[in-house]
Amino acid sequence: MEKLFPKMQIINENGEWNDETYRGEITEELTKELYTKMLRSRLFDRKGVNLQRQGRIGTYVPFEGQEASQIGSAMVMGEGDWMFPTYRDHAATMTFGHSLKTLFLYWKGRQEGCIPPEGKNIFPPAVPIASQLLHATGAAWAEKLKGTDRASIVYFGDGATSEGDFHEGLNFASVFNAPVVFFNQNNGFAISVPIEKQMKSKTIAQKAVAYEMEGVRLDGNDVFAVYFHTRTAVERARKGEGPTLIEAVTWRYGAHTTADDPSKYRNQEESVNRRETTDPILRLERFMKNENMWDEKWALDLQESLTLEIEAAVKEMEEAQAPHYNDVFDHVFAENPWPIESQKEAYAHSRGDR
Amino acid sequence: MTTLVDTKKLTMVQAVTDGMRVMMKEHENVIVLGEDVGQNGGVFRATDGLVAEFGEKRVIDTPLAESGIIGTSIGLAMNGFKPIAEMQFLGFIYPAFNQIMTHASRIRARTLGHFTVPMVIRAPFGAGVRAPEIHSDSVEALFTGMPGMKVVVPSNPYDAKGMLVSAIEDPDPVLFLEPMRCYRSTKMDVPEGKYNVPLGKAARLQEGSDVTIFAYGAMIEVVMKAAKTAEEKGIKCDVIDLRSLYPLDREMIAESVQKTGRAVIVHEAPGTGGLGETIMSLINDTSFLYMKAPIERVTGFDTPVPMFALEDHYLPSADRVVQAIEKVTQF
Repeated sequence: MEKLFPKMQIINENGEWNDETYRGEITEELTKELYTKMLRSRLFDRKGVNLQRQGRIGTYVPFEGQEASQIGSAMVMGEGDWMFPTYRDHAATMTFGHSLKTLFLYWKGRQEGCIPPEGKNIFPPAVPIASQLLHATGAAWAEKLKGTDRASIVYFGDGATSEGDFHEGLNFASVFNAPVVFFNQNNGFAISVPIEKQMKSKTIAQKAVAYEMEGVRLDGNDVFAVYFHTRTAVERARKGEGPTLIEAVTWRYGAHTTADDPSKYRNQEESVNRRETTDPILRLERFMKNENMWDEKWALDLQESLTLEIEAAVKEMEEAQAPHYNDVFDHVFAENPWPIESQKEAYAHSRGDR
Repeated sequence: MTTLVDTKKLTMVQAVTDGMRVMMKEHENVIVLGEDVGQNGGVFRATDGLVAEFGEKRVIDTPLAESGIIGTSIGLAMNGFKPIAEMQFLGFIYPAFNQIMTHASRIRARTLGHFTVPMVIRAPFGAGVRAPEIHSDSVEALFTGMPGMKVVVPSNPYDAKGMLVSAIEDPDPVLFLEPMRCYRSTKMDVPEGKYNVPLGKAARLQEGSDVTIFAYGAMIEVVMKAAKTAEEKGIKCDVIDLRSLYPLDREMIAESVQKTGRAVIVHEAPGTGGLGETIMSLINDTSFLYMKAPIERVTGFDTPVPMFALEDHYLPSADRVVQAIEKVTQF
């Protein structure tokens, strides 16, 4: 199966060419854009972990190590397309249009963190595993019925492939030829359970075969491989050629969430080693140096301006007006039915508000 | 001046079909999906003829996967469509519970109204038709206790069509329960074209001053029979068809028991955690000092619905209802 679904790579760990098919398209401009977005998300992620440690936000879900997978894929989505993330995919959603402030608000327990900017079809993070594959299929199917060329992309992890909704999502998309890209980030662990205990299959991409669907396995830490192969999948979807299952093989360096201790279930030396070898940002830096695209001052200035942007978003998050308890009540239905209205009144009364 | 409206004699299941047809004609974005709903017209023929009239793009035979049906309907609903998703039986809805509980019912709340899921889930339910195991479950309380869902149950063809139209027009997810026992039990004059029976409103089926009987769905026939027997014994029953299980019609419930001072609540779902308890608390909250007797409930037992050789023991009968009526009047 690994031979049938080889791990596609465009640049290797040393930033050297492995597949030159897209050489003409890999411009300095595109490379710098990808680098910028990856660095932005990594700095955001580290800030998120720090804010949690300082008690300034709630439990945070880090994604460090998975930047290439999320950014390379999100970059190819266009105006009007749909994105269905999990709780670990804020690198993808910030790339597709979520503001950093909104993302921080989410981790501060604010409902506003679930609301995308106007005109951006970004669903709130799915918490129940694999449930979002069906929403992505439904939304994509709707676009097909409307006759547009818009597509959906949905993110999920290796553990999600064990859920029934994973299979139902792929099957429905296949049967109805829905324009959806199933983007799996295989980071090797579902919280603590390693993939060997999750499945006997050697790859996740091979599961596409059962649904008569294109399956692609790629190096999820090679941002070019992610970008170009996802773009191909999205183009196929737009042309009505059906859904694709992409397996992006990657690694999360840190914990499942800030409430998790990964040393309980794996040797964290592995993460330390990988930072030196397979890291997606370091790899792109090596590539840029090899290709004479690297400029030390540019990189330092970039780091500084991104840090300022993130600090400004933290400030906005912390200065956001506290939510009113009416928000608990007023959005369950279009109009409050009497039980909710009377509970709201009683609560207000208990506070001496009316 | 009276307006003449053409009517047709329809069974409840035909009225359900007609409700969908009327709304599909009027709104391009209304689609029907589920298992066997296309060519076969549904196992109860509730979607009979719809695929011929509206085509396979709008009347969709789905793979056999309830979570898949509801999950994709959520995606369709928040992207401009109005899916009417059929669960072949309410007892088959369990694989979809996660989708309904964690997504359909709460997307609006999660996003403060940015994303909404205006969809209708139709499901035949209830015992008494000698159906195989699991097919007879009456688990409406799983959904009345689910924030964000409306749950409604018609008991006759007229209400079935008018309430289905209202459910389809509702901006939020509605679980539309169809009592199998009523599907073909009676025919009724049903107006052609579109009309609404509002959600959230109960109906008084019989005026009486001594005892209020609350019921819904297939239990209406049972309580009407019991009310007739009671009347022969000189007890006048106010019979209320609840129709809407969430939200309940607080005004009519309170107004009726404040008049009668006595209540009997009848449902075939298990007593513990059933609607009866919610209605009792509503009466407690609104009408405690009007009550002349403790409230009686006649319900299914806290047991699985038995296989059909035993289902008549399980289902509330007119006899049990009459006994409850006598108990509250003799208190």
